[in-house]
Amino acid sequence: MRIRFIVLLVFMCCHSILFSQEKYLTKQGDISFYSHTPVEDIKAENKQVLSIIDLSGGEIAISILMKSFVFEKALMQEHFNENYVESDKFPKATFAGNIQNLEELLSGENHIAEIDGKLTIHGITKPVRIEAKTDLEEKKVVLTGKFMVTVADYDIKIPAIVRNNIAKEVEVSFKLEHLPYN
Amino acid sequence: MKKTLLILLFLGLYGHIAAQDLMEILDEETPQHKEYVSATFKGTRIINGHSVENRKKGVLEFLISHRFGRINDGIDEFFGLDNSNIRFALEYALTDDLMFGIGRSSFEKTYDGFVKYKLLKQATGEKPFPLSVSLFGSTAWKTLKDYDPDDKPDFSDRLFYTTQVLIARKFNEDLSLQLSPTYVHRNTVETDADPHDIFAVGAGGRYKISKRVSVNAEYFYTINPLESVNTKDAFALSVDIETGGHVFQLMVSNAITMIEKAFITETTDDFFKGDIHFGFNISRAFQIGNKKRKNPEQERKEW
Repeated sequence: MRIRFIVLLVFMCCHSILFSQEKYLTKQGDISFYSHTPVEDIKAENKQVLSIIDLSGGEIAISILMKSFVFEKALMQEHFNENYVESDKFPKATFAGNIQNLEELLSGENHIAEIDGKLTIHGITKPVRIEAKTDLEEKKVVLTGKFMVTVADYDIKIPAIVRNNIAKEVEVSFKLEHLPYN
Repeated sequence: MKKTLLILLFLGLYGHIAAQDLMEILDEETPQHKEYVSATFKGTRIINGHSVENRKKGVLEFLISHRFGRINDGIDEFFGLDNSNIRFALEYALTDDLMFGIGRSSFEKTYDGFVKYKLLKQATGEKPFPLSVSLFGSTAWKTLKDYDPDDKPDFSDRLFYTTQVLIARKFNEDLSLQLSPTYVHRNTVETDADPHDIFAVGAGGRYKISKRVSVNAEYFYTINPLESVNTKDAFALSVDIETGGHVFQLMVSNAITMIEKAFITETTDDFFKGDIHFGFNISRAFQIGNKKRKNPEQERKEW
């Protein structure tokens, strides 16, 4: 019994050592979103996204500062922060998830990561599944992909007068190039 | 067996904690930077007077302002709506901090030009700063031919200058207040008793009652008013409604003019005796310069 316990302890230690060696981080992750309607297209890009991935367990955490989204029109940016996502109240959007097919990815059988997680925008958390093209290079872990976000799911209200200008679903694209993190 | 289960459970928890840890790492790694407070006021005007707010670089704003006659003129004047003073203006932001504008008012056929510069900006984050301070300067040129043809004033006799320091603070998401020390210089005065230099202090604020609607109030206290006419301090109340690229401001004020030299020093109506003018400002903003704004690529990304 005692031996088994010690083995487990050792295993856990190894586990945590593995953790600390297999984390990859970026502070310049690129996330953009795109809303298309017949009236107008709205694009915004954020190049200061923080993302961390742990290849030992397949966990991913992403933190997005809402005020870092840059829009084509200054007024759009102001309205986005002030009226829609309320950046003073909810400064960040976050994603915390797990890669479901980590072994396949690590063995090179598959290059599409299936990530289940929770996306929090505007203080509202929803479960999402995201597929990401994964490039595991020697000193780099790159995730790219896109998914749809339904604006109404996150309690972001669009007034009637601009309802035709903003899509009900916006397309979110991401490119996260993680580098090793001690 | 039980113990193994317990340990497995513990390991499970451990994994869960690890995901949490990742978020903590991100929080630690988040770079701290200075963040400027945005949208202290909705428009570039609180009501009659300028706010600390500028348009962003490359934005051209077309502003149409109306002030109607006095509500207490009664039904004969359709509660003032038969009479109106209108100002058209084009206002352009050369940079995020510097804007200028030109305008033309029907009242006394006055042309005006102004420059507004954001000197200091309220900020939070790493190096916070509690206030926003803007400098404002304007020149007004009265072209109404209300003089004796034999005694034609020359160009500079008809000029007025206004200098203001606009000091504002956004206290929270809803409440913003501003103080506006003002100096007006008149090149010509009606009588010798009238001061050429008039000093005033403006106080104004807005309170947001919903995401897109705010109520505003504004008052200018004139320290040394004109002597030749019985002037009153300018007072105004308004509602701002913002929709997309527009800001509508609906107001009641005792001033019928929309430029600083006039409403601060020449207002003669008494708000509290019913000499109230209904008015509005409508602005339409166009992004003409700086289309790319640093980032979003012209082409949609394919990743």
